[in-house]
This record gives sequence, C-alpha cells and structure tokens, in this order.
Amino acid sequence: MSGDLMSGLIATVLQVVLVIAGAPLLVGLMRQVRARMEGRAGAGVPQPWRDLRKLLRKEPTEPRDTGWPFRLAPLVLAGTALVVAAVVPLVSTASPLDSAADLFAVTALLALGSVALALGGLDTGTAFGGMGASREVTVLALVEPTILVSVFALSVRAGSTNLGAIVNVTEADPMRVLSPASLLAAVALAVVTIAETGRIPVDNPSTHLELTMIHEAMVLEYSGPDLALIEWASAARLTVLLGLLGSLFLPWGVATAGTGALAVLIGVAAFAVKTAALGVLLAVGEVFMAKLRLFRIPELLAGSFLLALLAVAASFFLAGGA
Amino acid sequence: MNDSMYAQWLALACGAFLLAGVLVLWRRDLAAIVRLFALQGVALGAMVVVLGLRQGSVHLVAVAVGVGALRAGLLPYLMRRALDTPPPGNGTAGEEARETRPLVNVATSLLAAAVLALVAYAVSQPIVRLSPGPATQAVPVALTVLLVGFFVLVTRRRALSQVVGFLLIDNAITATAFLTTSGVPLVVELGVSLDVLLAVLVLQVLTTRMRAAFGGTDLGELRELHD
Repeated sequence: MSGDLMSGLIATVLQVVLVIAGAPLLVGLMRQVRARMEGRAGAGVPQPWRDLRKLLRKEPTEPRDTGWPFRLAPLVLAGTALVVAAVVPLVSTASPLDSAADLFAVTALLALGSVALALGGLDTGTAFGGMGASREVTVLALVEPTILVSVFALSVRAGSTNLGAIVNVTEADPMRVLSPASLLAAVALAVVTIAETGRIPVDNPSTHLELTMIHEAMVLEYSGPDLALIEWASAARLTVLLGLLGSLFLPWGVATAGTGALAVLIGVAAFAVKTAALGVLLAVGEVFMAKLRLFRIPELLAGSFLLALLAVAASFFLAGGA
Repeated sequence: MNDSMYAQWLALACGAFLLAGVLVLWRRDLAAIVRLFALQGVALGAMVVVLGLRQGSVHLVAVAVGVGALRAGLLPYLMRRALDTPPPGNGTAGEEARETRPLVNVATSLLAAAVLALVAYAVSQPIVRLSPGPATQAVPVALTVLLVGFFVLVTRRRALSQVVGFLLIDNAITATAFLTTSGVPLVVELGVSLDVLLAVLVLQVLTTRMRAAFGGTDLGELRELHD
C-alpha cells in the first residue's frame, strides 16, 4: 500500500514538474509549427523560455492607482494552474490528491484563475483592461455550462465525477470512446478548451489589435515578472487542458493504481506525446482558420453547449451510449 | 452480429443521424445544409442496414440501400441543382446561397434544439417503455430530428432550407418507422419514397418559378398578393 502511495506521489511530482517545464515548450512548439506552415523560419521551440527569462530580469512596475486585485491576479492565476496541474490525472490516476480531482472542482479552479485575471484587468481602469475583462467574462459565462454538462455526460458511465475514475473506466474499455455520447462530449470539450485558452477561432493569441483581443487586453498593463507569471500560467493552463482532453478521450498509457515505476515512465512519455500531438493539431488548425467575429462567438459556444447536452441525452437515450 | 456490437453500431448511426439534423440549424450556407442532409441520409441508410443485419433480413438491407440512395444521393442532387441555377438578371448570388436572416437567430435556435431534444425524450418515454431494447431506445433521437425539422420549417426563410426542413421531418418519420416496427413492408416504403421524391420535384419547380418571378426565394416576399 505504501509502495502504491510512493509511486502515486512520484507520478504527481513528475507531472507537476513536467507541466512547469513543458508548458512554455508546448507554446513554443505550436508557434514553431505555425511559423513553418506560414513559410517563416520561426523563433525556435525554447523561445518562450527565453522570453520568460528576459521578463523575469526586468524591474517590476505598477500602474498608478491600482490596488490589490491587480497585484494578486498573476499569483492566483499561477497558483490555480499549479493546483490543477497537480490534481488532474495526466500521468497516473493513482495520485494521492485523487479525492480533489473532481471535475467540478477543477472547473471551478480554472474559473477562479480567469476571474482573478479579469478583476486584475478591471483594476487598471484603462479602457482596454475593462474591455478585455468584459469579453473574457462573456466567454467564461458561456463556457462554464458547457463544461459542466459535458462532464456530466462523461460521468454517467463512470458513476462519478472524479477524473481518475472516469479515466480508469475509459481505459478499461477503450471502445467506449467511440460511443455517440463520448464523441459529442469530446467535440464540445474541445471547443470549450479552445475558448478557455483563447486560441483561434475565439481569440488570437498573437494579436494586439484592440478590436479583437480578449486575453491580451487584460494583461496589457502587466510587465516584468508579473507578465512572466501570467504568460507561464496561460501556457500551463493550455497544457493541462490539452493533457486532460488526451487523458479523457485517448487514455492509453495513463498509469493506474498498483502499477510500478515503469508504468509511470510510460505515463510520462504518453502524456508528453499526446499533449504535443494535440498542440500540433491545434496549431495546424489555426493556420487554416480565421478568427470569428466577437458576436459570432456566442453562436459557436451555443453550438458546443448543444453538443454537450446531446451527449448527456445520448447517454440516456441510446443503450450503447451509456 | 452480437448484442453489444449491434447496440454500439446502432447507437453510432443514431448519433450521426441526430448530429446531422441538429447541425442543419447551425450552418447558414445552403450548400453546407444540403451536404448535412446527405450525411443524414447516409446515417439513416446505415441505421436500417444495422437493423437488417440484426434480423438477418436481406429484404431490409435492400430497402436500406434504396433509402440511402434516395436520401443521400438523388434528393441532395436535385436540391443542389436548384441551388446552382443562377438567378436571373443581376443576381445576388451571395445573398441567395445563404440563410441570411432566419426568423430566430442561430444561437437561439441551437438552444431551442436543446429544449426540443429534452421534449422528445420526455414524450417518447411511454413508447420506449412498451418494449425496451436498443432500437426502441433510439426513438427519442428520431423524434428530436422530427421536432428540429418542424423548427426549421417554421423559422427559416429560404425556400431551399424549408425543403430541407420538410425532408428532415420525413427522414425522422422513416427512422421512427424502422426503429419501432421490425421493418416496413416494401410497398409502403416505396410509396412514401416516391411521394417524397415527387414533393421535392414539385418544390424544385416552385423554387425555380419563384426565382423567375421575384428574383429570390425569400418566402417573406410571398406575404402580399401580386397582380
């Protein structure tokens, strides 16, 4: 039993380290793929780490008349990202924090980070900060029900909203992934992941055009180490969400309870490969897609909500879907 | 074909059937709507093939091939031809190829479809309870598509999207028939299919005449009597 606990602990620590170190590399990889496909040379995969190092050396500055929400936002964002990275079953389902790996809790933690950042954006009192915060909260309000409903669809077959339990059930019976409920939930969660991490077609991460930016508008006033923290936390959220999609719908290689060190190593490799593959897929998709108009985004998210609801319905309607 | 395989394949076909029906509400591009309708025809055909293989009935598989050919091949072809006919005069082809101003906007209609799915589930409970099995349990899917078809008929303004709405209803009725009974007699199915084909041909002629008379197929223009 204590051996199990040890391997679970090691897996969790490995997972957190992997997310901390790997998140900027994932962003770098995606930028590199985009650059190559657009015919540019690209800055290289480790470029986000170089950017972070540069930002960390700079002197921290603060706009006048900002209060504690502005100072606290990067810390809360990074803190929630770290906690989520520790609890979700990316490498192993036998984590000692398994009881906290509830999908509702994870969703709430991610939302807490987004809300903190939105408050930080509002606190600056600039036009852009307020605009970005208002847009972010609009998207967030539409994303939240979709996540909850599609999670519900996934938890029907596991009988639990615990992420580890859901991944275990899927791993035991991989054909379940092909059921309509699971496919619909997968599409809904993928759309939501794109919206939540601010990628095309919801938000363009590489623009600073005032008409279109969402995430960038909120962080416009941050500089130096604070900005580094926010950039890192955004990358970590992207990594965790992509890894979670991978674990929920492609659960191969995730270590389960009672397996040894080798399974944990396989889990690490599988997590890295799956997340990188999903990231590359997302980047390739972004090359071929244009950003949606802001007023069309509710349409996209209503569509994903409908898919999530149909996933729940299908898991009750269809005998093979449950 | 064993039990779990049968249930899985039937569920997959029903899922595709439902998804295609619902996505019709999402797309504005009429060509994409016709493509989705063709996809739904394929799903319907696959559903009937699975049912036929389950019952070991060659006859049902033959019907499935016929249903698939009509709904995934011929009807979409006819609609695409109606779509490709260039409007007379200085045509506003861009306006004409899209569902520009549905009476209910797209986001709201998607949410309405979600409500319709729940209604369909609620009202079909007595039917499902009569003889629970994978096929009967899929009846709510067919009813959802039926209600979505009605919704498309009521809220869309282009003649072609209304034709698609009508055909969605027909697809749903066919699906319900195959799911609840163990196969419709060939004569009945043939009669219904010919009826549908005729309706689409008439509507196609009507659409062309509307274009010739008004230069567009916006049914909002038909409210007044013209001399």
